[in-house]
Formats: sequence, structure tokens, C-alpha cells
Amino acid sequence: MDLLEYQGKQFFATYGIPVSDGEATSDVEEAVAIADRVGYPVVVKAQVHTGGRGKAGGVKLAENADEAREHASNILGLDIKGHIVNIIWVEHASDIAEEYYASFTLDRSAKKHLGMLSAEGGVEIETVAEENPDAIAKIHINPVDGLSEAQCRAWVEAANLNPQATEGAIDILMKLYTAYVEGDADLCEINPLILKPTGEVHALDAKVSLDSNAIYEHPEYAQYDATQPRDDRETAAHEKGLQYVGLDGSVGVIANGAGLAMSTLDVVNQVGGSPANFLDIGGGANADVMAGALEVINDDQNVKAIFINIFGGITRGEEVANGIIEAMSRVKLDSPIVIRLDGTNAEEGRAILKPHLSDRLMMEDTMLSAAAKAVELAGK
Amino acid sequence: MSIFLDENTKVIYQGLTGSTGRYYGNLNKEYGTQVVAGTHPKKAGTDVDGIPIYASVAEAAEATGATATCIFIPAAGVQGAVLEAAAAGMELVVCITEGVPAQDEAYFYNKLKAEYPGTRLLGPNCPGLISPGKANVGITAGHIAKPGGPVGIVSRSGTLTYQALYELQQKDIGVTTCVGIGGDPVPGTSFIDCLEAFEADPDTKAVMMIGEIGGSAEEEAAEYIKNHMTKPISSYIAGVTAPPGKKMGHAGAIVSGGKGTASAKMEALEDAGVRVGQNPTEAGELMADIVAGL
Repeated sequence: MDLLEYQGKQFFATYGIPVSDGEATSDVEEAVAIADRVGYPVVVKAQVHTGGRGKAGGVKLAENADEAREHASNILGLDIKGHIVNIIWVEHASDIAEEYYASFTLDRSAKKHLGMLSAEGGVEIETVAEENPDAIAKIHINPVDGLSEAQCRAWVEAANLNPQATEGAIDILMKLYTAYVEGDADLCEINPLILKPTGEVHALDAKVSLDSNAIYEHPEYAQYDATQPRDDRETAAHEKGLQYVGLDGSVGVIANGAGLAMSTLDVVNQVGGSPANFLDIGGGANADVMAGALEVINDDQNVKAIFINIFGGITRGEEVANGIIEAMSRVKLDSPIVIRLDGTNAEEGRAILKPHLSDRLMMEDTMLSAAAKAVELAGK
Repeated sequence: MSIFLDENTKVIYQGLTGSTGRYYGNLNKEYGTQVVAGTHPKKAGTDVDGIPIYASVAEAAEATGATATCIFIPAAGVQGAVLEAAAAGMELVVCITEGVPAQDEAYFYNKLKAEYPGTRLLGPNCPGLISPGKANVGITAGHIAKPGGPVGIVSRSGTLTYQALYELQQKDIGVTTCVGIGGDPVPGTSFIDCLEAFEADPDTKAVMMIGEIGGSAEEEAAEYIKNHMTKPISSYIAGVTAPPGKKMGHAGAIVSGGKGTASAKMEALEDAGVRVGQNPTEAGELMADIVAGL
């Protein structure tokens, strides 16, 4: 679950990490009021889940109220790579002496936490990693032991920051690690972490991704759900509790299990088609879930054919087949369906489907032939 | 032979008193698994369909001689359950539960490595493992697996594991053990752990490996295969067409920063001599071809 910059800054602030004084708003006049309060110059920043905000005109400096009003009005409603700006963040502009990079994330390969710190901040860390890997000081932290101040100090020294920044950086990194662990984050990144001419170290940006599996430990994370980037289809699917990701193609896909669903997308592509979505309905495949899945797919205007790919494990073929028939009776579909049903009691399941087969409901024996049929139908 | 699990393994079910635990505990027992006990701190002395309940894993192990547990406990209780099982000296801990926070996984993975090196954790968020004809621990449908050998299966994805078992059964090919390692960020058992065990198992003559996008576990496995595996391997990687940055249901199935793509994984495996199929069926056919040549 990715947070917007302002949410990340508020998250950091609760752990005592210094961030710029500012507020989020969706209203131009309120933006001016915030600017007046935090003091000029201010920065007006678009809050969207995508990079490249600056280049798109989504980050502007304002010296006075008129400029703040003009920028707020221009940025609200702006389209940045398909993301419409509904929220802006207005903060007091900081003087910058140097820009650094700092982050914590899980190194899945080492199975430990990874801290990265670099004196070359302000740019994409992937670029630094590629062009000048020695400029990144890394530290692996065993989650059982945690991060000690002595380790943190050695790490900061290895990064060759300005010596003036050492104490401030240690303080922020210790707090950032606490935020990362206690907050159940997948990623906590500050880029840039700045050294001000006055010697203070300060988080000028915030990129935070929280582990949605940990929501039960943090009920307050429910507030972030409202600002997750979802298109209409994804919102509808999310409300039904479905694991759905919208794509651009014309073949609607329903499968059970994330692996099989991904595999279904692959096969649709292999036979020359293009999937409209990823949708994992899980193990059960009962009528309610199937009906919800069909509704979401049917509402997608791009969908011309639907491919249902079910492998019965514990769930038996006849249960799956009955679920599909029942769901089809509840949802009026615009597109034909191709089913591939395999696994436990597949024969029995197919026998149940057989009397219902028509040019609106077709059945194929294998994943490949079903995909080919669905792609052919979508092309008509 | 099989790896990690056989007909003599006595298994405790943590969470047997819950509806899911009871359902699969009974299915596993019917399959032939020695389901000897369940645990619940407040229900000691009772039973679930004749399976006795003890207050703790330690007590259950003491009473039954069990060496393995299977966890069907809600995510919030998983860390406690895993550590309890490890502290009780369990050799195998199979955690089926999905939705466990990654920070918890990283914590108990490292705790086990440091303090309980004798405990093998499988999962979380995995279908479990089955040694066909001998024992089944977890949620795999037992009847889709043909007992015997010569193939061992290791997979990161649940339904694709079943698909693989079924493809082989349709081709009349037996399986020694099928291990679902799960798709979470910090799996207790890795591809490499399973490959190593299959390499050492005399009855396993070939291995089928099913991966998916995200992380670098397949690339690491490829490196291991290149240097240590003599047995032939077929493979399939799901998610060739998954768009970058999108989570595909599993915590594991995400591509970021151009890393962990299916094509990079396939290339690494092919480079290590693995025969890689473009879909599960093709991987099954490649395995049939390998088995025919054994």
C-alpha cells in the first residue's frame, strides 16, 4: 500500500523525523491560507502515485500568495501520467546545502533488512546503483537484533556525508528504522534527505509503502485505502473483495489462484491476444464470488470475450460448474464465455456444463485451446 | 524415498480446533498422514473427531512423539505459533496461513536460523507438502498426485503446484514429494533447500520447478543448479506478461525496477541447463520427455 508524499511525511512525523511544515488540501483558497501560515517561500506539490511530478509541472515554488494561488489552481486537476491531481501539499520551502538518499527495505535475497545511504541524493537510486554503486553505503540488519546506534554511526561514516550532517543523519536513520519496523513498512525512503545551510538534517520527501498484510496491527491504515490508485474497475473489484488488477486488453480473465491467473494472462498473450485484467477468485469458486467477478468484467467496456480458467484442487469440478451456471443466471453478460475446467472431478463438472453450452458459453479441454478460442472470439 | 515428510512422520495441527484446521486435518488424516494431535491453550483434554487436543506443542510432542506441526492459525498468531513449535523441537513446521506481515516473517526466519537450526519452516502462505501415497500435510488435493517417483516438484505457487501434479498424473508419472514453498517475501524453505534435498534423494531422478515473477529466488536457484545439480530439471515461470509495479495477488508476485522479471528468470534457468516451458502444460511435456529418457 503506497502512501502519497504528504501521508508519508505525516507518518514520519509521528516517529519524530523532521519534515517541512505543511498541509494537504484540495482547495485553492485553503492552499493560500496554508501558505500564509507556513510562511513564504512555499512549495506547492501534486500528490499522485507516480514519479516525474516536477517535469509535468506538478511541483512549483511560490514567493507570495498570488503565486501560491496560481500554482495551486494550475496543479489541481492536472493530469500526470494518467493520474489526476486531487490533492496538493503546501509546505515551507527549505534551503538546501546538500542532498542525500536514505532508505530501509527488505532484502528478500539476504532475508534481512537493508539500509541504503548515499551522499548522491535527489536522483533515482537505481541510477546511482548502476552508474556509481560505490556511492551507496549499505547495511544489512538482522530483524532479531535490530539496528544499534554504533552500527548506524559506522554506516553513516561509510557514506561520506558532510561531517556536519553526521549527528542529524544518525538521529533520523534510527527513527526511520523504528518507523519502518514498528509501522510494518515494505519501504521507507527519504530522497532527498537534505542538509540545510544551518546544519540541520531534514526529510524533504517521503516515499512509504506499507505492508497491507499488517493492517490488523494498524487499524489507522484504513485511511490510506481511500487514496490508493485504482481505476473504476479496480474500485468495483476491491469493494467485492476480489484480487483484481486492470489491464488494457479485450479478453476478460477469471482464474483460481494467483499463479494460475498469471499463467492465464501469459497463455492469452502467447496465442496472440491481450488480457483485460488479472483476477484471482481464490480456491472456493462459489456462485457469489463468480457472479461478482463476472459483474466486474462485464462492466469493462473493452472486454469482448471472457476466459474462465479453473483448476479444481480441493474444490470439486461439480461445485465449480454449478457456481458458474448459477452466477451466469444472475449476471446479464455482453460477452461470450470460454471455460476450461480441469482437476478434481473435472469430468463431472463438464457434464454439468454440457447442457448449457451455446455460442455464449463454450468449453475447451486445455488452457491453450481455451485461450485461443477466447482470443478468436475477442477479435470478432 | 521422499523428502521432508513420509508415512512415519507424526504431525501436530496447531489450529485443529478451527474450521479450516479441522477440515484439512481430517482430509490429511484420511490420506494417511499421522495426524496425532491438535493444540489449543484452553481446550486441552478435549478432542477433534477423535484427535486429542493438548495445551501446547511441547505437551503434544511429549505425549505423541510428534516431530512436525502444521499451522492453521490466523495471521496475527503465526509468529507465536512458529516460535512455539520451534522451541518444542519440531523438525518440520508447515505454515499454511496467508496474510502474515513480512516483518514478522523476516523476524521468525532469522530467529529460527540463529536459535533453532534444527527446525525446517515451510511457508507461510504455502499449500504444504505431499509425499504421494505416504503423507499429505496442508491443502493439496491428495488424489491428483500419483505416488512413487521419479519426479520431485518444488513450486512457489499453489494452484500451479496442483496443475503440475495433475499434468504428471495425466502422463502417468509419479512424484516422490511435491513441496509448495509459497509466494511470500521470506519463505522458510527456499527452492535451493528443496533442490538440495531432491539431489540427495535416490528415488528422485528429475525435478520440476515452478516459479513466478518477483524477487530473485529463481535466479539463485539457477546458480545453485549450475554448480550442484546433476539431475535433470524442467521449469515454468508464471507472469511473463505481468505489468511492472503491479501486485498480482501474491506478495511475491511483483516486478519492480526491471528486476525479477519472468524472462530474466527463464534465461537464468536455461543458462543453467534447465528445460523451460512457456506454460505449465509445456513444462509437463518437457518433464515427460525427460522421464522417458531416464
